[in-house]
Amino acid sequence: MAAIEPMEQFMVHKLVDWKPIPVAGVGSIDLSITNSVLFMFIAAGLITVFFLAAAKRAVVPGRLQAVAEMLYGMVDGSLTGAIIGERSRPYLPFVFTLFLLIATLNIVGLAPGGFTVTSQLAVTATLAAMTFIIVLAVGFTRNGLGFFKLFWPSGVHWSMGLFLMLIEFISFSVRPLTLAMRLFGNMLGGHVVTYMFASFVIGLGLFGLQGGLASLGLVGSAVSFFMIVALLALEFVVAFLQAFVFAALTCVYLNEVVNLDRGH
Amino acid sequence: MDITAAKYIGAGLAMTGLIGAGAGLGILFGNYLQASIRNPSAAAGERVWLFLGMALAESMGIFGFVMGFIILFVKV
Repeated sequence: MAAIEPMEQFMVHKLVDWKPIPVAGVGSIDLSITNSVLFMFIAAGLITVFFLAAAKRAVVPGRLQAVAEMLYGMVDGSLTGAIIGERSRPYLPFVFTLFLLIATLNIVGLAPGGFTVTSQLAVTATLAAMTFIIVLAVGFTRNGLGFFKLFWPSGVHWSMGLFLMLIEFISFSVRPLTLAMRLFGNMLGGHVVTYMFASFVIGLGLFGLQGGLASLGLVGSAVSFFMIVALLALEFVVAFLQAFVFAALTCVYLNEVVNLDRGH
Repeated sequence: MDITAAKYIGAGLAMTGLIGAGAGLGILFGNYLQASIRNPSAAAGERVWLFLGMALAESMGIFGFVMGFIILFVKV
């Protein structure tokens, strides 16, 4: 019988092997097509095809265009518009892309045979690093050195303020780490738990087939099966929710640096 | 004690930190729901603080989770 390997579904292996390209200063970069890269292409392709098909300019929208408009309205209304306010327009493309990419990558990973790209810490760390660098860039471009006013708590004694400033600085610096770990942990955990319940279905089922008292194993197998159904429903919710939370936190961090002068 | 056994026990103990994160998040969202049902028109204005509070409260749990991973996987 095959071994139960919950972590095997997250292994990245090469589908098309290309020789590493030597790049001066960095060493060599391996651009082989792995299963992770393939599913990133699939997700990006799905989003592109959807918007190419949906971006008609009909005044009365068809069904596809209505869905695209709903997505835009949700990101503009509940994410950038609600959180950043009036100055949110320049940041809408980035947040929209981030939200759609993470949601599509998560959902594609739930399909049978699909590989969850966002369960790779490298991928989520890259997305979090992008967000962090953009927040820093926007902060320093808009506020110059006044960016450091972000860390000063208002209306406290200076000794308390210095202590709080240290805590605020640490809390700020840890943001890319928590962004990456939140998405990674949710995706990894969801898929590992689903795998474990699936292994229970087969394991308990095989055990229950022995007959006699062991037939209770078949009951356990059926219960595990319905648990998988419930878990996958939860996973769909978590897929969207984690994408929404990532985008929302990006908007919150951008709001702090964009609206620094108005009091965030 | 075998180092691998100690690693597994340590990782399991590190995960108990998530109890606090779960409790904190529940309190936070429960308070937000309670207040937003009392004053629905003001609820949208406070949503920024909700997400910020969620991020900060969840960070504590994530720190515990990361410690568990470090204990489990970093080669000494």
